[in-house]
Amino acid sequence: MSLVEIENVHKSYGQLEVLRGVSLNIDEGEIVAVIGRSGSGKSTLLRCINGLEPIQSGTIRFDGEQVNAPKTNLRQLRQKVGIVFQSFNLFPHLTAERNITLGLTVVKKMPLPEAKEIARKVIVQVGLEDKLTAYPDMLSGGQQQRVAIARSLAMSPKLMLFDEITSALDPELIGEVLRVLADLAKDGMTMMLVTHEMGFARNVAHRLVFMHDGEIGEEGPARAVLDAPKTPELSSFLGSVLV
Amino acid sequence: MRELVTGDFIWLLFAARWTLGLTVVAIVGGSLIGVIIMVLRVVPLAPARAVAIAYINVFQGTPVLGQLLIIFFGIPILTGANVSPWAAAIVSFSLYAGAYLGEIWRGSVQAIPKTQWEASASIGLSTMEQLRYVIVPQAFRISIPPTIGFWVHLVKDTSLASILGFIELTRAAQIMNAATFRPMTVFLTIASIYFVICFVLTRLSARLEGRLRVAR
Ligand SMILES: Nc1ncnc2c1ncn2[C@@H]1O[C@H](COP(=O)(O)OP(=O)(O)OP(=O)(O)O)[C@@H](O)[C@H]1O
Ligand SMILES: [Mg+2]
Repeated sequence: MSLVEIENVHKSYGQLEVLRGVSLNIDEGEIVAVIGRSGSGKSTLLRCINGLEPIQSGTIRFDGEQVNAPKTNLRQLRQKVGIVFQSFNLFPHLTAERNITLGLTVVKKMPLPEAKEIARKVIVQVGLEDKLTAYPDMLSGGQQQRVAIARSLAMSPKLMLFDEITSALDPELIGEVLRVLADLAKDGMTMMLVTHEMGFARNVAHRLVFMHDGEIGEEGPARAVLDAPKTPELSSFLGSVLV
Repeated sequence: MRELVTGDFIWLLFAARWTLGLTVVAIVGGSLIGVIIMVLRVVPLAPARAVAIAYINVFQGTPVLGQLLIIFFGIPILTGANVSPWAAAIVSFSLYAGAYLGEIWRGSVQAIPKTQWEASASIGLSTMEQLRYVIVPQAFRISIPPTIGFWVHLVKDTSLASILGFIELTRAAQIMNAATFRPMTVFLTIASIYFVICFVLTRLSARLEGRLRVAR
């Protein structure tokens, strides 16, 4: 059984069909990079996996449990699936520490001292131990994004979803965030990441998924897919991003 | 006709206690109702929204004066129960304030970006927890100016309660003017009293906003 099992998923926004029969499995420990043109449905696919978006047909199972069933406990699911967004989305009225402990104390009902212990652990993991008491607007984009990653990690997820998490960053800040991802990869975290960083996808991802028009256009081992695209769509996409 | 004496001014000041009392009670009652209306309006539940919208339409779409009269004269006719002027005033000003405050706060809540809802949902928070820990604390600050702006309106609206026999500021001034026929003095005096009350509130708003900017 794979950790994530996506079977023939269809998703529409009104008349617009955004996912048109997507099937994909992700095994535990696997790192899957998702690439594709703007509007091809990459973010939507990610957001369906943690139940942020409902789907119209097909099934998504996480850890054996169906995500898109009315009786699914989304609260439990979301503790096991972390997601990090392009625009960080930290809580601006809370310190970095409280951003991280909120889910622990409120959702996991953990006593505050214990939650703070975990906050310290994950903030070290993203290399920001001196920023615990800082508010988001006192942090650079790269630092905010690392706090956002720490906020997700604190919940001890089994899967991390990353949606273009370096796209809003200045070039010189991208490296620090990618390093955190590489560390996570080394620790064996299961990850699915939408990215435009082809170099990173090639070096860190095990598998690469190319989304095209709401379908999986091509998939396979990251290097093989990037080096020898089989479809003209992927070739032209790679041509446009690598120039 | 008689002369104005110092005692008359003190009596006017004294009448302000009804104005203030009604305002404070309406703010408290209206805030309780307003919170409920705001929550009903933002939770993802169509029937809840419908109830809140109907409530808002009724109380924003009819004059407070009418609401006062309906409650004061209508309830006794319908139920046979006696309604004191105080009860009628408290109930109708609270219902009225609840509709406006609910809408002001809904606006503030909806001004918080959708991404804050998504980020908080993604760590497993329930709708009520999202509101309590993430959305409302941020909405609170934006809601201060319009909230206090509405309080200022409320101060002036309480003069409508004179129709039920309350001798609040405006009514007191009318009585005094009838006795002394010194309209300029009398009405300028109560205008100043209204002004002072409202000015204090506006200053409070500015102070609070400044404080929150520092403390987040
Ligand atoms: N909330 C929404 N309502 C309506 N349409 C939407 C919504 N979110 C996304 N879409 C549409 O769905 C399609 C897929 O969007 P999605 O965000 O998944 O693309 P993407 O591959 O992540 O693109 P990008 O690289 O620009 O982030 C787009 O055409 C987009 O306009
Ligand atoms: Mg996207």
